[in-house]
Amino acid sequence: MTIGIRKVARPREMTFPESLYLVEIVKGLGVTMGHMLRNIVRQEGIMTMEYPEVRRRMPPRFRGRHRLMRRPDGSPRCVACYCCATACPAKCITIVAGESPDPAVEKYPVRFDIDMLRCVFCGLCVEACPCDAIRMDTGWFTPPDDSREKLIFTIDVLLEK
Amino acid sequence: MPSLTIDGKAVDVPVGTTIINAAEKIGIEIPRYCYHKHLSVAGNCRMCLVEVEKFPKLQTACSTVVTDGMVVRTDTEKVRKAVTGVLEFLLINHPIDCPICDQAGECELQNYYMKFGLHKSRFALEDKVRKKKVQDIGGQIVLDAERCILCSRCVRFLEEVTGTRELQFFRRGDHSEISVFPGRPLNNNYTGNLADICPVGALTSKDFRFKCRVWFLKAFPSVCTGCARGCNVEAFFKGDILYRYKPRVNEAVNRAWMCDFGRLEYKKANNARLLVPFVREDGREKMMSWGGLLPQVAYRLKDAVEREGPDAAAVIASPQSSNEELYLVRRIASDLLGTKNLAFTSRVPGDGFSDGFLIRGDKNPNSRGAQLLRIPGGPAFDELVVKIAAGKVRALLLFGDVLGDLTQEETAGLLSMVPFVAQAGTNEGPVSAVATAVLPIASVAERGGTFTNHAGRVQRFHAGFPPRGKAKDTIGFLTSLANRLGAGWAFDGEASVFRALAATEGPFAGMSYESIGSLGQEAKG
Repeated sequence: MTIGIRKVARPREMTFPESLYLVEIVKGLGVTMGHMLRNIVRQEGIMTMEYPEVRRRMPPRFRGRHRLMRRPDGSPRCVACYCCATACPAKCITIVAGESPDPAVEKYPVRFDIDMLRCVFCGLCVEACPCDAIRMDTGWFTPPDDSREKLIFTIDVLLEK
Repeated sequence: MPSLTIDGKAVDVPVGTTIINAAEKIGIEIPRYCYHKHLSVAGNCRMCLVEVEKFPKLQTACSTVVTDGMVVRTDTEKVRKAVTGVLEFLLINHPIDCPICDQAGECELQNYYMKFGLHKSRFALEDKVRKKKVQDIGGQIVLDAERCILCSRCVRFLEEVTGTRELQFFRRGDHSEISVFPGRPLNNNYTGNLADICPVGALTSKDFRFKCRVWFLKAFPSVCTGCARGCNVEAFFKGDILYRYKPRVNEAVNRAWMCDFGRLEYKKANNARLLVPFVREDGREKMMSWGGLLPQVAYRLKDAVEREGPDAAAVIASPQSSNEELYLVRRIASDLLGTKNLAFTSRVPGDGFSDGFLIRGDKNPNSRGAQLLRIPGGPAFDELVVKIAAGKVRALLLFGDVLGDLTQEETAGLLSMVPFVAQAGTNEGPVSAVATAVLPIASVAERGGTFTNHAGRVQRFHAGFPPRGKAKDTIGFLTSLANRLGAGWAFDGEASVFRALAATEGPFAGMSYESIGSLGQEAKG
């Protein structure tokens, strides 16, 4: 390949009225004003979101932060079967099972921790759960925090939402 | 010898063999719930139905004795349909609470459902017969009557093995259930076996309840250290924690059973462990490294021998140690220190309970091994205690966590007569509370070796995982101690020690890890 010269088109010279800028500034302001007026009249067309006061609606299958479900009586629906911990490829779920005071429940999670720093948000825990006790439908991303310990979500945190 | 064909494969078996055992011999597994090799044949679960040529109906493989020229098929459509039907019947009233059932993962209902069932239940949930769940029926067992498939293995076990007959069937039809008599809970020392033989989750272990799902556990073959019987066990662990012992079949020792005391022996490898070497100076404990402590122990032993003669040093061996370790301990005492003060702690604390079945009065796994390796116990140990009490011993190397049947106060009083006591032990106890130097060694789950049981059977146990904390493998510790005393040993692992032991010790002559195998071998004499 030989080195050649390529001609680049230069911007054309400004005409005299343009070089005065005056008319052009007014034209520019006109565009801005036009948008402003349009946004005042038709607010649903605004692209900007007032985060965090307004939050984007996530598509229904979006996998967000986990939550644990409760039974109608308020106790956690989870029976500590370890299916989620078994399915988890990141090994981020730690469960300690205990004997429930309610003999009809028998087994319940004494501890249920999700290490959000390890979680890869694959959703396999939700698929594995036989009791529909864990869901990822909060629509929340993992909120940032200033320590690793705070990002290990305990059962109380997971039951909140 | 009758010869028959099963699924086209020919097999010769002794007279009186049943089809299920003949099939096992050629590697064909016939499904079963009620049949158990070590119990009588009941033939009530109907899972082992097979087709036998010239028989009009399907036969139960567990109760049909083979005859010459029999042609058996286990893989026909007719058999499969029958087994699927039986399984569907068994599952009609089953609660399917696998998520909270400890049996899940090793449940024969799950296994055979995946193999033969895979059907949708045709029985409405509200029509299922409900029975009582979570019943504490005594011993180590929790009963869930709903999960029971009425195979009667447990009833036969309590009738034929323990002879205590606590469990029985009650009521009729689909209301039938297994239970104990009112006010008469399980009352024998072998209840843990019920959880093992129950093919479903009806009888589960109280101790293991909700501790861990079985699919997270790995297992390795071991030997129970609870008494001189040396029951063969399968030890289950996750990480560096043991979760349970289950008996491993050995017809010559424990058949398929083990006692409830032995079943809880695994806890010693988990709890109150000695994990860091330390010395006690002016009543304060000071952490040490192995590199710092070992020369000190060697020096104190050598110093006592050099200053006041070989009998100023003493070695107390432990019947909790393996043959390999005891062999090295004896060589350290007699060859390197040259002391006559060598004995093992032959007596046991407690009442020395024994029964005619598995439980032995001697609560140590290797007293016989110590005797065969010419380490004196009994009167020799008592003499040594008298010598120590008289203040004649200047340095003592002690193995194990207890001093025979001496109490905490007696141990403390006795050991205070010795200026330097080095203990090599696994658990906190009366000795580690007063010893001058404590050397943490690997538990039975963390090291390998052999024990010699009461009958002289040499049995191997294996290391499941590396020693916890700073605990050290005993063979490695003994080798480096001996080398500091001027031995020049080059042992590397228990196998090399056993080779040396078998070459020089009469009772073990001609033995090797290969000849011991997984089931053990009798020592001579």
